[in-house]
Amino acid sequence: MSRAIRFAPLALLLLVIVALVWRLATPPDTDVHSALEGRPLPTFALPAILPNKPALSSADLATGQPRLLNVFASWCVPCVAEVKVLQQLKSRGVAIDGIAVRDRPEDLTDFLARNGDPYERIGSDRQSQVQIDLGSSGVPESFVIDGRGVIRYQHIGAIEPEDLSLILSKLEQAR
Amino acid sequence: MIAETGLAALWLAAGLAALQFLFMFVELRGNAGLARPMRSIAVVQGLLTIVAFAMLLIVFARSDMSVKLVFENSSAVKPFVYKVAGAWGNHEGSMLMWVTILAAAGAFVALFSRRTSGRTLVAALGAQAALALGFYAFLLIASNPFARLWPPPMDGQGLNPLLQDPGLAFHPPTLYLGYVGLSVAFSLAVGALLTGEVDSRLARAMRPWVLGAWILLTLGITAGSYWAYYELGWGGYWFWDPVENASLMPWLAATALLHSINVLAARGALKAWTMMLAVIAFSMSMVGTFLVRSGILTSVHAFAIDPQRGTFLLALLAIYVGAAFALFAWRGATLKEGAPFELVSRESGLVVNNLLLTVVLGVVFVGTLYPLFVEAVSGEKLSVGAPYFNAVAGPLALILAALVGIGPLLAWRREGRSVLKLLQIPALLGAAALVMTIIVAPVMHILPRLGFMVAIYLLGASILPLVRRNPLRAPLATWGMVVAHFGIAVALIGMAANAAFTNERLAVAQPGEILTVGPWQVQLRDVTPTAGKNWTAVEAELDASRGSGIVTLKPQSRYFTDPPTETSESAIRTFWNGQLYTIVGKPDPSGGWQLRLWWKPFVTLIWAGGALIALGGALAMFGRLWRLRRRRAATAEWRKERYA
Repeated sequence: MSRAIRFAPLALLLLVIVALVWRLATPPDTDVHSALEGRPLPTFALPAILPNKPALSSADLATGQPRLLNVFASWCVPCVAEVKVLQQLKSRGVAIDGIAVRDRPEDLTDFLARNGDPYERIGSDRQSQVQIDLGSSGVPESFVIDGRGVIRYQHIGAIEPEDLSLILSKLEQAR
Repeated sequence: MIAETGLAALWLAAGLAALQFLFMFVELRGNAGLARPMRSIAVVQGLLTIVAFAMLLIVFARSDMSVKLVFENSSAVKPFVYKVAGAWGNHEGSMLMWVTILAAAGAFVALFSRRTSGRTLVAALGAQAALALGFYAFLLIASNPFARLWPPPMDGQGLNPLLQDPGLAFHPPTLYLGYVGLSVAFSLAVGALLTGEVDSRLARAMRPWVLGAWILLTLGITAGSYWAYYELGWGGYWFWDPVENASLMPWLAATALLHSINVLAARGALKAWTMMLAVIAFSMSMVGTFLVRSGILTSVHAFAIDPQRGTFLLALLAIYVGAAFALFAWRGATLKEGAPFELVSRESGLVVNNLLLTVVLGVVFVGTLYPLFVEAVSGEKLSVGAPYFNAVAGPLALILAALVGIGPLLAWRREGRSVLKLLQIPALLGAAALVMTIIVAPVMHILPRLGFMVAIYLLGASILPLVRRNPLRAPLATWGMVVAHFGIAVALIGMAANAAFTNERLAVAQPGEILTVGPWQVQLRDVTPTAGKNWTAVEAELDASRGSGIVTLKPQSRYFTDPPTETSESAIRTFWNGQLYTIVGKPDPSGGWQLRLWWKPFVTLIWAGGALIALGGALAMFGRLWRLRRRRAATAEWRKERYA
């Protein structure tokens, strides 16, 4: 039996082991990527929900600068915690707009007074119509929108403190 | 105290394994008279692991929630059988079971291997101890099954409801016995490579282990396939899931080994190849264990993902397989091949069998790991599924099945007769089957059509070795081979029929509505709530009829409380010509219920075939052991007369 054949199994094993070590070292990315990423925002024009907040339309999100669009509601418990993280993003110069899903003005006023108000504009999505068009399956969810109104990233669930750098880098990439 | 006893037994066993491993080196350097102590150590080591495993069974049976593993995988309200079965329905417990079987196999080798030469046995026992040592370390360092919780919780978190099924009590232990049975073949091969005594004597010592492991793997895979079929509620019998592949790969290697070992035993040929296969077969078992236990590949069997355990198991895998392959590279050149054979002979038939099986093994191996390689190299994600495996492995399996009919008819060394003449009738049967399928079903995928042809041909060809001789005087091993090969044909018919003729119906039905699936009219009578010991469910009552008589099926959608999970309990009715398979799903806002109905003609033949294959193996094993016993008795008789 030739030397090459005798050593072939050992060489193959080495190859397999290297691949397996690589996999153990870099766990697979199990995040679900939104099919809407890379596509322009659906066109919408939502009415204002509070007298002191401007309304929100898709045109307001294509301003030449990346913006964060936050789908939330005053009745959503994780949103309470998320607003504090959004405040931190705002203090770092991130422009944030909100879509309030199935919300009432009095509840929302209360919510913002209690937890803080990071939003520049808030649109009222009474029937979840825009939420569905956005492919958002729940609250909270956030979208990074680039200057031309294209969705660059969809974040499912609340933005946690440990997601800050992720969101900031996505916003940076959208520039 | 019980858990601590188990832990102590494990530590002691680990110490003994280390001693046994050291003794091997001393004994192989010069005869130090350590062979007998090594045997005793192996036996005690086996007993200690059995004690440890028994302790685990006891804490599970008593629902001792102060043991962390019991708390995490059991609950007090579970039926007793599943309390006990829960002991191996989790990572730590199943690894302890693995080690227990490994050490017990080592003990058996020490007790009963009179046919192995002394030096090879010493080397093999050393190798077995080395294997056990690594897995003891894994248990004691990275997955202690006996860890305690303080304070003890009131009740446990429960066992995955999918696993609360009689299939669980039977399926993993069977597969593990098979996996680990192959460890003995591995150790014997490593031992023989060390001592250079690769001969027919070694093959005969190895054969019962390979055969036994192969029977259990066959049973385990067949049972697992049926379990997935009725419990997962997807109506399929094989999903090419990584964990299924993990059990298929050792089976393929063991099947090849089973055939090549006969060449080594009978003719002293294929030495290097057989040793390689023995190493590969158990390596595939370890790869399988690694894939399942590290959670590295996503699968329906998704167990906890734990990088530390994964790394540990991978290190063990690399050390053992690497050492065996290195030994092969180093010693392989010293192996002298035995008697030569001609192009048309039983030897060459078995070589072709081995090549095809190895290629199928390669196809499954590459398909299972390919996504990993692609992602490592290009970062691209993809998944390899049934289309690839069916398209590549399917035709190879059909060619192999066609050759199964020919191989056993060939003579050793060289074939003088015209074998093709013998095969005339089976070939005609196959051709007739092909014509029949074209008449009955003009539109059919090519693979099932060829499947029918090859299967019908093989039904006839497989029994030829018993024709033209007195079947009652044929050795039991020959009967075993015939039954196993016949079983392949039977399973193939089931697979082809399932692929070609399955009818499926997915619909929302209002109570009283009648749905048609295949020849069946199925009426949804009613949907009612029901409950069991640890679940609640909705149960549909379905009346099915095809012409005469009505059968009632009651599929359920079960909701388990701890942990909260929903499962579908399929209702299946078996008839001589197929199975009616029903599933009830969620309610529809309109007041209807989702129903999923299948009519699967002759699907049961798949598992019947699997059982026949295993039965064939059992006959062969029984036959060989019985003949050996008789020969031994005859020798003893002869000695008595001679020296009396």
